[in-house]
Amino acid sequence: MINILPEFKARGNPSTLMNFLVPIIAVILTIFTGSVIFVLMGFKPTFALYTFFISPISNSYGISELLVKATPLALIAVGLAFCFKNNLYNIGAEGQLTMGAVFGGGIGIFFHDTSGFWVLPLMIVGGAIGGALWGMIPAILKVKFNTNEILTSLMLVYIALLILDYLVVGPWKDPYGYSFPKTRSFGESGRMPLLFQGLRVHFGIIIALAAVFASWFIFSKTMLGYQLKVTGFSPTASKYAGFNQNNLIYIAFIFSGAFAGIAGLGEVSGPIGLLYRDISPNYGFTAIIVAFLGRLNPIGIIFASLVIALTYLGAEDAQLFMQIPAAVGFVFQGLVLFFLLGTELLVNYKISFRSKL
Amino acid sequence: MNIDVLFGVIQIILIATTPLVFAAIGELVTEKTGVLNLGVEGMMLVGAVSAFVTLVITGSYILAFLVSILSGILMSGLFAYLVLILMSNQVATGLALTIFGIGLSSMIGKPYIGTPITGLNPYFFVILSFIIVFLVSYFFYKTKLGLIFRAVGESHDSSHALGYSVVKIRLLGILFGGSMCALAGSYMSICYAPMWQENMTAGRGWIALALVVFATWKPGRILIGAYIFGGVSILQMNLQAWGLNFPGQFFNMAPYLATMIVLIIISSNRLRIKLSAPASLTIPFFKGR
Amino acid sequence: MSENILAIKNISKSFPKVIANKNVSFNIKRNTVHALLGENGAGKSTLVKILYGLLKSDEGEITFNNHTLKVQSPSEARKNKIGMVFQHFSLFDSLTVRENLILGIDQNMSFSNLQDKVNEISNRYKLPLDLDAPINTLSAGQKQRVEIVRILLQDPELLIMDEPTSVLTPQEVESLFETLNTLLKEGRTILYITHKLEEVINLCHEVTILRNGEVIESSKLVNETAETLATKMLGKKLTEIKTDYSKITPKINLSSKNLSIEFNDPFLVDLKNISFDIKEGEIFGIAGVAGNGQSELMNLLTGEAIDGVSGELDFNNIDIKNFSPKKRRDMSIAFVPENRLGHSAVPELTLSENILLSQFPASDFQNNGMINFKNIEVQAKKVIEKFNVVTPGPEAKASSLSGGNLQKFVIGREILSKPKLLIISHPTWGIDAGAEHAIRQSLIELAKNGTSIIVISQDLDELIEITHRLSVIFNGKLSKSYDTREISISKIGLLMGGQQDD
Repeated sequence: MINILPEFKARGNPSTLMNFLVPIIAVILTIFTGSVIFVLMGFKPTFALYTFFISPISNSYGISELLVKATPLALIAVGLAFCFKNNLYNIGAEGQLTMGAVFGGGIGIFFHDTSGFWVLPLMIVGGAIGGALWGMIPAILKVKFNTNEILTSLMLVYIALLILDYLVVGPWKDPYGYSFPKTRSFGESGRMPLLFQGLRVHFGIIIALAAVFASWFIFSKTMLGYQLKVTGFSPTASKYAGFNQNNLIYIAFIFSGAFAGIAGLGEVSGPIGLLYRDISPNYGFTAIIVAFLGRLNPIGIIFASLVIALTYLGAEDAQLFMQIPAAVGFVFQGLVLFFLLGTELLVNYKISFRSKL
Repeated sequence: MNIDVLFGVIQIILIATTPLVFAAIGELVTEKTGVLNLGVEGMMLVGAVSAFVTLVITGSYILAFLVSILSGILMSGLFAYLVLILMSNQVATGLALTIFGIGLSSMIGKPYIGTPITGLNPYFFVILSFIIVFLVSYFFYKTKLGLIFRAVGESHDSSHALGYSVVKIRLLGILFGGSMCALAGSYMSICYAPMWQENMTAGRGWIALALVVFATWKPGRILIGAYIFGGVSILQMNLQAWGLNFPGQFFNMAPYLATMIVLIIISSNRLRIKLSAPASLTIPFFKGR
Repeated sequence: MSENILAIKNISKSFPKVIANKNVSFNIKRNTVHALLGENGAGKSTLVKILYGLLKSDEGEITFNNHTLKVQSPSEARKNKIGMVFQHFSLFDSLTVRENLILGIDQNMSFSNLQDKVNEISNRYKLPLDLDAPINTLSAGQKQRVEIVRILLQDPELLIMDEPTSVLTPQEVESLFETLNTLLKEGRTILYITHKLEEVINLCHEVTILRNGEVIESSKLVNETAETLATKMLGKKLTEIKTDYSKITPKINLSSKNLSIEFNDPFLVDLKNISFDIKEGEIFGIAGVAGNGQSELMNLLTGEAIDGVSGELDFNNIDIKNFSPKKRRDMSIAFVPENRLGHSAVPELTLSENILLSQFPASDFQNNGMINFKNIEVQAKKVIEKFNVVTPGPEAKASSLSGGNLQKFVIGREILSKPKLLIISHPTWGIDAGAEHAIRQSLIELAKNGTSIIVISQDLDELIEITHRLSVIFNGKLSKSYDTREISISKIGLLMGGQQDD
């Protein structure tokens, strides 16, 4: 029998090297497993891996697309880090993203024929508020009624998607759009400025980087970051210290919701330019993986968002050149998370393997 | 409403509720041993697609269900290896299982979208769901092994001290949960729909998780909760069919809103949740410490 | 049959950070009470876990009834007629007594059979049980009774008792000893694990002393006194700790008047009309058996769980009963709860970061929400140095410290804030004798400088050693207070068992 049962020896202090290496190991294991899957499907591994991981980013257009996808992922993930650090499992970022797009996009539709430098900032604020309000619901329910935030935040995703659906086929439907389920386009003032001529990468990336930096500052330098960390590790110690745990729940969900909301607004005012049914290819869920892969560290999240964004592009190319359904991207994302979770104990334990239970 | 219509509605409710019962009773057994598996939705989808594809390829219903249950065992086995042996975080691992399951099922099922099959009569499964709930209840409260399952969920340290293998018991609980979720999925793709469509479970896995809380971890109450949900969902469809002038999207929100409302009502009694939840739920077990 | 029922030969067991047992060898004679004596961390628990099949030894051999014993699990140990009563009970709180008994027996036994056997054992050993009661409704003494009956159902030849008296009243201890004597008369053998010297002298025939994982001595108990045993157990003599009554001022610092709280929760104990006064410089002890409201009272005093509190808690004439922990710290009240890991310290954080958990008006650890990393490191170094905390430095994670060193760090952190009132629960629980001595000494020094101290503890010896005055808590009610110099052990015992004040 193969030795799959590990034996653990606790390290005295957690290994900082492993803390850094674990995500890299997870990515390597995923690529390896992916090649095995491709071989089983009858592809040459070199061709498959090239198609999936190299060719999508082999030109400036590809790099720009990678950044377009990484922008919302990093922004949402760094928001989720506020919740996850505090042991709050907000898995409803997709809903918060949607409501951000609805609020901010609604402003964009309202001012579609107005031009002014203030339209876009107003939309961004609207997106943040929309996401934060939607994020506040599970927070309030948790504080007031002790409900499980995992389930409520997820239910709110379905509800948010239905609200968007209602708006784009109902009251906000494009009057000149025939029967397509979409709204009219935002005006030029309601669009994210592009950073380079001819490429889709837009101003949203600057916002995302600013949010990442601000979060890094909060986590590592301020009492707020400390309070979130302590409460996540040990709620009892947080009570002992006298931290206001209910406020920390609200704060975490507000950051998380606002960042997701801005990401949603960034999508509709960036690449898309209007509201329609499928504004996000599961960014809100995938960002959960980004947050974990980045080990809840804002800098780590930047790298993780690039890696995971590549799985989106790779999956598109795989569909194009290898006739594999694009859902293979989600399979890779799931695998990364499995490997990450499976190797995480290397941080605290040394491992040897045996075969008997 | 005449009696035929009423009878028809009851039939529809029975058929629509059965997958919720399967998934929820499976998850309940898992949670009773002290493990929270958030991968229900993912396991249901993989169960649904593997049954469907097997049926299309082989034409055998029995094989379809067997392959589906095997997929449930494999998926939950992967989860079990991570949380029991590698001691990973249960919440994150369950989420990973759902994300993985959604991707895997869409990938496998892509060529089969729209493939027609002959659906199976659902009533066998409706009855089976009641029998399984009864058996689970009997198992927990009338057999020694069932008592051991509950004991492991209550305190893994005491169980270990008495010489019970916490890991083995939890493994059994997780695998049973996985099988039931796969059964729920295969029922949906082969009896209920009958067809394959991406994300066809539409959040039922998450509702099943909420049902376990609603049932306060008591098997019999799964039926009550599931049928309330089934009733609400069917009611909204009927109201829509009767042409109430109200946008359809708002009707479609009903199951999700109902889940939230139920969670609020049940959870606000903190003491009740504390007394009925397995005391070691989500707490990893470190042997030899 | 040979004279020895059990022979332990060269047992060694090491863990990543410590060697728990090093070439341990000794014999246990049939039909005796054999004491295994050693302080916290000496390796007693590891050894008996090996004996009971919960741990595997790295080396060595155990002979039981003349054949080699190789138990892989507790159920195998039980088949070999070895039973064990755990220090932290191996019971299931929400299950009934009956269900707990069923879980502890290996053979299948019919319902009525079990009932008969339980009744027979209950009568024979005077251990009455209510089979339908959930465990969480029982007192510590009753829980132990369930554990003992569960073991006796297996008819063991060798019974291992792991620190059985730590949660009992003195009177309950006496009835436990009676039960043990009955068992002895029936020809059974008892391995009695303890760190209490008096118990060894009163109960046991032979003693094996463990220190740092090694056997120091294994012999018949002749001419041993508590002092000689203590010296062997600790390897050195500790200076006696003396309380000083001369520094107590007449000024009342904290005054509790009819402090009450109702929880409506079967896992918690309601507190009823708790009243006491503490003077400046006084050490006030609260004794009692675990689970009589100590942690609930601690939460009221620290401000961690105060929803629904009534009565008055006056600190220097300000009613603080509704104040948060932070607000209480602002008035120079410091606390040390019972649990170190995850309560008074966060194991995943460094010692420096743990400094930030309790901030007082004088501490300069942050500026408008920005952490001053330099100051917390300086403070951590100060605590480490002044309280002899053994650690690589302020950047070490709290989880890497031994229990005694972490407790010294936590208590040092609070003492350095120069509190006017220190509230401390089980200050020396589960730590080695050296740290215990240092902590008790530092509490006495603190009181001499005018600080009032409340000590909640189950350890009577500790309270008698360091407090000036003490009360007993039973079922959420606090007895009146007694001068520690005057009250007798048996009186305290009666109060711990629920006797009303005269």
